[in-house]
Amino acid sequence: MSSTTTAGHDGGMHAHHGSLRGYLTGFALAIILTIIPFWLVMGHVIASPAVTIFVVLALAVVQIMVHVIYFLHLDFRSEGGWNMMAFIFTAVLVIIVLGASIWVMFEENANMMPMMSSQSMHQSYSGPSR
Amino acid sequence: MNTTTLNTAHSAPADFYCLKEPQAHNGTLLGFWLYLMSDCFIFAALFTCYAVLGANYAGGPTGAEVLDLPGLAVNTALLLVSSVTFGFAMLQMARENKTAMLCWLAVAGLLAAGFVGLEIREFIGMIAEGAGPDRSAFLSSFFTLVGTHGLHVTVGILWLGVLMVQTIRYGINEANVRRLQCLSMFWHFLDLVWVGVFSYVYLAGVLR
Amino acid sequence: MPDRSAFWNFLLGRLSLDSLPLHNTIVVYTFFVVAAIGLCLLGFITKKRYWGYLWKEWFTTVDHKKLGIMYMILGTVMLVRGFSDAIMMRAQQAVAFGSNMGYLPPHHFDQIFTAHGSIMIFFVAMAYIVGLMNYVMPQQIGARDVAFPFLNNLSFWFTFGGVVLFMISLFVGDFSTAGWLGYPPVSELQQSPGPGVDYYIWGLQLSGVGTLLTGINFVATIIKMRAPGMTMMKMPVFSWTTLCTSGLIIATFPILTATLFLLTLDRYLGTHFFTAGFGGNVMMYINLIWVWGHPEVYILILPIFGVYSEIVPTFSGKPLFGYASMVYATIAIMILSYLVWLHHFFTMGSGPSVNSFFSLTTMIISIPTGVKIFNWLFTMYRGRVRFTVPMLWTMGFLFTFTIGGMTGVMLSVAPADFLLHNSLFLVAHFHNVIIGGVVFGVFAAVNYWFPKAFGFKLDEFWGKMTFWLWQIGFWVAFGPLYVLGLMGVTRRLSHFTDPSLQPWFIVAAFGALLIGLGIVTFIVQIYVSIRRRDAYAVGGDPWDARTLEWSSTSPPPAYNFAFIPRVHERDAWTDMKARGARQPMEGFHAIHMPKNTAAGVVIGALACIFGFAMVWYIWWLAVVSFVGVVGAAIVHTFNYHRDYHIPADEVSRVERAGGWEPETEGAAA
Repeated sequence: MSSTTTAGHDGGMHAHHGSLRGYLTGFALAIILTIIPFWLVMGHVIASPAVTIFVVLALAVVQIMVHVIYFLHLDFRSEGGWNMMAFIFTAVLVIIVLGASIWVMFEENANMMPMMSSQSMHQSYSGPSR
Repeated sequence: MNTTTLNTAHSAPADFYCLKEPQAHNGTLLGFWLYLMSDCFIFAALFTCYAVLGANYAGGPTGAEVLDLPGLAVNTALLLVSSVTFGFAMLQMARENKTAMLCWLAVAGLLAAGFVGLEIREFIGMIAEGAGPDRSAFLSSFFTLVGTHGLHVTVGILWLGVLMVQTIRYGINEANVRRLQCLSMFWHFLDLVWVGVFSYVYLAGVLR
Repeated sequence: MPDRSAFWNFLLGRLSLDSLPLHNTIVVYTFFVVAAIGLCLLGFITKKRYWGYLWKEWFTTVDHKKLGIMYMILGTVMLVRGFSDAIMMRAQQAVAFGSNMGYLPPHHFDQIFTAHGSIMIFFVAMAYIVGLMNYVMPQQIGARDVAFPFLNNLSFWFTFGGVVLFMISLFVGDFSTAGWLGYPPVSELQQSPGPGVDYYIWGLQLSGVGTLLTGINFVATIIKMRAPGMTMMKMPVFSWTTLCTSGLIIATFPILTATLFLLTLDRYLGTHFFTAGFGGNVMMYINLIWVWGHPEVYILILPIFGVYSEIVPTFSGKPLFGYASMVYATIAIMILSYLVWLHHFFTMGSGPSVNSFFSLTTMIISIPTGVKIFNWLFTMYRGRVRFTVPMLWTMGFLFTFTIGGMTGVMLSVAPADFLLHNSLFLVAHFHNVIIGGVVFGVFAAVNYWFPKAFGFKLDEFWGKMTFWLWQIGFWVAFGPLYVLGLMGVTRRLSHFTDPSLQPWFIVAAFGALLIGLGIVTFIVQIYVSIRRRDAYAVGGDPWDARTLEWSSTSPPPAYNFAFIPRVHERDAWTDMKARGARQPMEGFHAIHMPKNTAAGVVIGALACIFGFAMVWYIWWLAVVSFVGVVGAAIVHTFNYHRDYHIPADEVSRVERAGGWEPETEGAAA
């Protein structure tokens, strides 16, 4: 079922094509991983919004992995392992930038001067939610 | 080509020079993957903004008030199916079935166009009811993050159109295969980013 | 403008005769000087009928060597502009005390420091390092060109487009007054309604795209196109630093693009990312821009560390000490540079936990750099050191940069930074590391690789003059700033009230003059060397060097190598010389090369016009030029025949005429 033609000869570092089974498996997994968070939120299934958000985000991470594996065909072999290296490098730095930025901004806002009530109409900041 | 083992007394030309040109390794797919990694950082910056500013309603509409979840479900389905049908097109390309490939590409493109169309309608609706990007920081970051994704999809559709013309004219040649593989990566990547968008911007945004 | 008809408003946006700074005598004089020089240059080219040659051989080239040279020329021209800004500031600050307000009103002074910083970072330092990496790296890895030659050309023209916008801003409208990083709220529409910040934004967005494409290009090249046998750990250190720098570029320039884009949205569409009201957060900008800004300075210095790693072994006659640790240190710096950015705004109020964390990471990042310094010193130890001009610059770097790095560690102590932040101490520190590091390295690299690029060495006397003027000039210019900073003097001030500070500023101005002379002697060095090029002519390996670029003729043929080298050891060229490698003078084969193209020039020019149209709100032109960019790109993709072959007998002819000789020339015993 795997297709074999590649673009030109590039010494074994050719892009890995998918297979019909791979795409359908990924599709099925993605559907399931999409329906669950929609159901959780629209159906108000879990009482706590914070827990709901956490579950939704966790499922999002899993679905992203599904996309990466089944649709983008990322593995340790493509481009001699460099695709995976670039992906891990990116992922690590994105997590650092996102995480540390949120931490920094949260701390900075916590140190802001207290607001007078007349200003709150225009500046109703309540910190990043969690 | 000579593959003599080395010893210090030996300096045959082939030891130090490739008498035949070494095989060229095309870097397009790697280069495009690197571009996608760079795109991750653009979205990372925009997601960071939404994380920090996404609850700053400035007395205006909140997420729960303006974010339309049923519409979101339709959009998500459109984009996901579009992604899978693009995969089918790639399978046909590998089998060199030009017509079948073009049909699947057209389907993928139309579904993505539907996605963009619905998104534009959503934006226009929100602006009309006073929830435009200039109303609050929450809405600024919402429109920018979702809009940037939508812009990427639009560019992808345009690129798809051009590639379809080029494939019809020049066939499934080496260059077109490379280009289709790049577009395929782009297409799936945008669906991947959308997972983050619908989860964090919409679903979580409704609950903040 | 209320008198202007709707038609003219549509046609010209907010551009009008009022946009010309006719009231500003300095700018008017500058305009006449620049126009005169420009017209002379254009007239000269026209008279000698060089336009065809320039177009065919240079503007449309996809050859990495020519593009590298063009970047170096661009950097040098912008160095003159950036330095003019510097000397104007020094002059102002030397005289503006008490009742003497100086000759630069604050609004003009602010534009000058903004332009100075932006130009020096983006169009001098970045242009120089991209030029060096472009020229040297493909040859060092035994490749014929980069992975994407057309993108390479496009990158250059995008960068050039950014430069054009910055240069136009001098004569049409004002420039930004918001500093080289464009902090809101000054950079927001309310406080900067004019075109200045928009020039800044679009200039950087354009050149930013160029830089990002370059980063992708270089990583793909190093991964895919190394000569057979060159494993990663046999690659020259300069190529390693090119790889890490390019990785940083890919990871960090998108953040600059995104952040400037958000500022653009605030200014053009009234969004509220960084506004003071409606939920915006000014601090967010500063956080994001420094997430870019810190890796950026490592992007500037890492290639230069690579330069020194080539020069020191060559002129010590020994392999680099601690190659593996050099590589690991470079990788460590690359990753750690993402963990320190908050040290640029310790005082913004993130509190002790955050400040301590980033303080620690900042101190830690100095360690791999220290490893490198020791490696260079150990390379020199017990070597047969030749004090050529590149080596002089290197030794100046070792001294100057190390001190600058130490002041950096001082700044990393968050409580100390509460005094030193945004003082002249900070200004002295970053000039210390950028001049002592990057600029010295560029001069070292130019003196080192110029003979390879042009076939003759640079004049040694003028080279040494340049070095000493810069070395002494730097300390005279910036030493006083360290003292002033410790006393609490703030940066970016155009006027002072305390007369006891003045002597320091006068000394600093004198130092700037010395540096200015150093720039003049550099130009003289180039000129004199060109005049005496026959006397200074050299062969392929004038320095008895160690890496593959020295195995070809000087200058190398367009295809770099008639036969791609096969690598066995680190310092591949030294290995080849030791084992008596001889390039065969027969059996040449046809060589596959990319064609020149006008697409890069066209797309770059249209993108520049787009930027200009956006600055001045000329919406019809913005739409037309944007469509043009997209259209030209699409048209380019319909060209499937972008390459050709150099026939074998042409290669044979070039190789025989080049008189390639395996022996080195002018090398010390």
